[in-house]
Amino acid sequence: METILEVDGLTVDIPVAAGMLHAVRDVSFTVRRGETLCIVGESGCGKSLTSLAIMGLLPRKAIRTARRLSFEGVALDGLSERRMGDLRGNRMAMIFQEPMTSLNPSYTIGNQLEEMLKRHRKASTREARERAIFLLEKVGITSAASRLSQYPHQLSGGLRQRVMIAMTLMCDPDLLMADEPTTALDVTIQAQILLLLADLQREFNMGLILITHDLGIVARVADRVAVMYAGQIVESGTVKQIFENPTHPYTQGLLECIPIPGKTPPGAHLGSIPGIVPALVGEQRGCGFAERCGYAETECAARAVDFRAAPDAGHVYRCVLTPDRSAANHRAGSAV
Amino acid sequence: MSPPNGPSTAGTITALPVAEQILEPSPAAKLRRRVFGHAGVTIGAGVLLVIIAVALLAPVLAPFDPLDQDLTQRVIPPVWHEKGSWEHPLGTDQFGRDYLSRLMYGARISLLIGFVAMLISGFIGTALGVAAGYFGGRVDMVVNFIITTRLSLPVILVALAVVSIIGNSLWIVIWVLGLLIWDRFAVVMRSSVQQVRDLDYVAAAKALGCSTTRIILSEIMPNIVNNLIVVATLEMAHAILLEAALSYLGLGVQPPAPSWGLMISEGKGMIFFDSWLIGIPGAALFAMVLAINLLGDGLRDVTAPENRN
Amino acid sequence: MSDVILEARDVYKTFHISAGAFRGKRPLHAVNGVSLKVHRGEVLGLVGESGCGKTTLAKMLLGLLDPSGGELLIEGEPVGGAHRLHTARLIQPIFQDPYSSLNPRKSVGAIITLPLKVQNDPNPETWRGRVEDILDLVGLPKRVYGNYPNQLSGGQRQRVAVARALINRPQVVICDEPTSALDVSVQSQILNLLQDLRTELGLTYVLISHNLAVVEHMATRMAVMYLGRVVEEGESQGLFKNPQHPYTRALLQSVLTPEPDLGIPDAHLGAVYPNPVDPPSGCTFHPRCVDVMPRCSSEAPCAIPTGSGHVECHLYDADAAA
Repeated sequence: METILEVDGLTVDIPVAAGMLHAVRDVSFTVRRGETLCIVGESGCGKSLTSLAIMGLLPRKAIRTARRLSFEGVALDGLSERRMGDLRGNRMAMIFQEPMTSLNPSYTIGNQLEEMLKRHRKASTREARERAIFLLEKVGITSAASRLSQYPHQLSGGLRQRVMIAMTLMCDPDLLMADEPTTALDVTIQAQILLLLADLQREFNMGLILITHDLGIVARVADRVAVMYAGQIVESGTVKQIFENPTHPYTQGLLECIPIPGKTPPGAHLGSIPGIVPALVGEQRGCGFAERCGYAETECAARAVDFRAAPDAGHVYRCVLTPDRSAANHRAGSAV
Repeated sequence: MSPPNGPSTAGTITALPVAEQILEPSPAAKLRRRVFGHAGVTIGAGVLLVIIAVALLAPVLAPFDPLDQDLTQRVIPPVWHEKGSWEHPLGTDQFGRDYLSRLMYGARISLLIGFVAMLISGFIGTALGVAAGYFGGRVDMVVNFIITTRLSLPVILVALAVVSIIGNSLWIVIWVLGLLIWDRFAVVMRSSVQQVRDLDYVAAAKALGCSTTRIILSEIMPNIVNNLIVVATLEMAHAILLEAALSYLGLGVQPPAPSWGLMISEGKGMIFFDSWLIGIPGAALFAMVLAINLLGDGLRDVTAPENRN
Repeated sequence: MSDVILEARDVYKTFHISAGAFRGKRPLHAVNGVSLKVHRGEVLGLVGESGCGKTTLAKMLLGLLDPSGGELLIEGEPVGGAHRLHTARLIQPIFQDPYSSLNPRKSVGAIITLPLKVQNDPNPETWRGRVEDILDLVGLPKRVYGNYPNQLSGGQRQRVAVARALINRPQVVICDEPTSALDVSVQSQILNLLQDLRTELGLTYVLISHNLAVVEHMATRMAVMYLGRVVEEGESQGLFKNPQHPYTRALLQSVLTPEPDLGIPDAHLGAVYPNPVDPPSGCTFHPRCVDVMPRCSSEAPCAIPTGSGHVECHLYDADAAA
């Protein structure tokens, strides 16, 4: 499978009143065609800003640097806004969390769908309309032709999100990024949308980056997982590696917080991670998780922690603990 | 009296082992910081405070009695004119009355009328707006009708009619203005209440059994009082300008009171020869209204929702 | 033998929605005949998706909305209305959004003292001490007494909301999505807190949540709502292991547990979402039901008793011809 996105050492700094906010710190990953990468983390970890950084949609004040940021071999760093605009919506597309605010309420759905193709591929109205109908049917919207003249407010949340997905597919992108695409939707609709995304990814052979805080979604959808905390990736690997052998204390803690029907004893205490996310303003020293980590040692807060390889191939984590120590801690912790 | 469920149970409850820092300064501290950093607010408030100080201290500061006529000193130009002198720094009018003293005492009239009319209209408009916004339904319909009726009345003509029937005096002017300029209060308060009334903390207060009065005064009002203050400053400026206009038309304060509008009216005959008779009270009015508007705009910026986290 | 502390008897709530500029108003039956009994000490999980009426039902249980029909009783007395203060002593809410459930202009101390003030609690000099005790109980340091909500994190704010709800020692707490707006690591802290407080203070919970894993973990009984009616109700573990109603089955199937290799389930519900103003005839679930039968579109099912509760579905109607 060919690599379509390469991110190496991505950093996003935002100047704020109190200093410099290091929102994204040295984030690296690759995405291949046909592969789903899930970036998972809680609020403030920098996952949304990472996707905005790749798309070139950061706020004006933000400063983006990277050792390497390339899409299908083309470096995104030096590209002018005009060329980025050509790529966006065309070769790489993004789905946001709130379908109501992503769709323009003053234009019909047909208008917004057709405009994508007309702007990027200079298609005629007829061609654009045909593709719009084709995609609306693909995303499971019945009587697609009549839907084209409807406005966003006439559709339910689930339907709007499907329209968003159709819109991103209009130009047959190679990379699709979805930022919490199902958080605002009901559970049954969520499952349908995720199934749809998986089917479409296979059919169109796209790379998919799914950003979420929901570990349930990650487990069912991802091929590879990157766990983010305080602006950094703290653990990354295949989905089986992360869920069956979590090695970073934060990943372990996070998994213990979630009740699993049938497995977690009902009424018992859930695991929890004490404390709150550190402020990312000003100089960052050492591991961002050290204050909250049950296994922290003095060296953890002193200097930056590099990636360490776990025994299984392709599984890395940012911690001073060896894999054996970490596994032993994990077993001891969950035995309590 | 032993505390119920005190320390003995603390160990079994999930306590916070890590002290969680307090994240930000309190709302009052943040507001103070923003207020003093905003140019419009500081300039507007500064000029206004100077005017208020002058008005309050007029009996002490004014060199002459504003009503004192001296026909030997008629129409002396201000000090920057070749015929002027420091005895009357801003000159005298056609009755020989010192213009600087009249200006200072005139500030009192403008401020008094502006302030009291603002209070009256604020009370009426806020009461109507809050009722419409909170209760909705029929109350809202009725209040909207009243507002629409009021908006279709031309203020000057109504004032004209009232004053010509009842007669004009300082307090009649105040009441007429107060009863006419409440519409912006009502509209702004209504929409502010609508934004707040469906929030969870209002529902929580209802669930606690709070009476409607307590909910409106204690839960809702503190969260919309910043809008109220902004409208109040703007309406005060509005009242001052209206009073000047009414006095100019002879429907406002009676001569010989040194209302700035009246001074402009009395000087209009000599606009080409002794233009300062109009220029000076005009400039004073402009400065006062500008200061109030700067303050109001600045307060709006500083208390805007975007500035809340 | 636990007694019934909270009861809804055939409760209806109808709103009138305007259907367009000149078309007048049409009725929206947000709650369409709900009967429920909550026993002391239970945790009743109320689940359902948007438009099912669970939030409207919760508001009626709190006395915030008056029912259009039926009765709501707490400890045998009617809820709300003239009994506003009495109801407030017995039943309190915890809302979803910690950012809008606390008055931003009031200090934490003022927020938690308000219930005491409203109830005209005697001995005002003891109030501060009691507020500090309850801060301790919910795991907050005493010094937050003078802080304002914007100075606290989401988890801390939610603890303040819990403290406010519990300072007058109510019997029932309605938790409306108490952790949905919080991060996962904070969610578990709050859920643990709620568990502990329930045991400590002998509370009864009505837990409304769209997160079925959380409901399975905390609830002793569950009620599933669809378009204003309770379609299935029963003991929580039993319902989870063996759901009867096709909607309950689809709902439980759609829960994505963090277990890789299981893929994404297809509950075959279709994209046809019902319009609550114009609900389907007969059983309102029939257009989306995989087990639909001819009579489902013409006849609404009645409540059929199951082991621990009831289900409203023709599949279980023993009188029907096979």
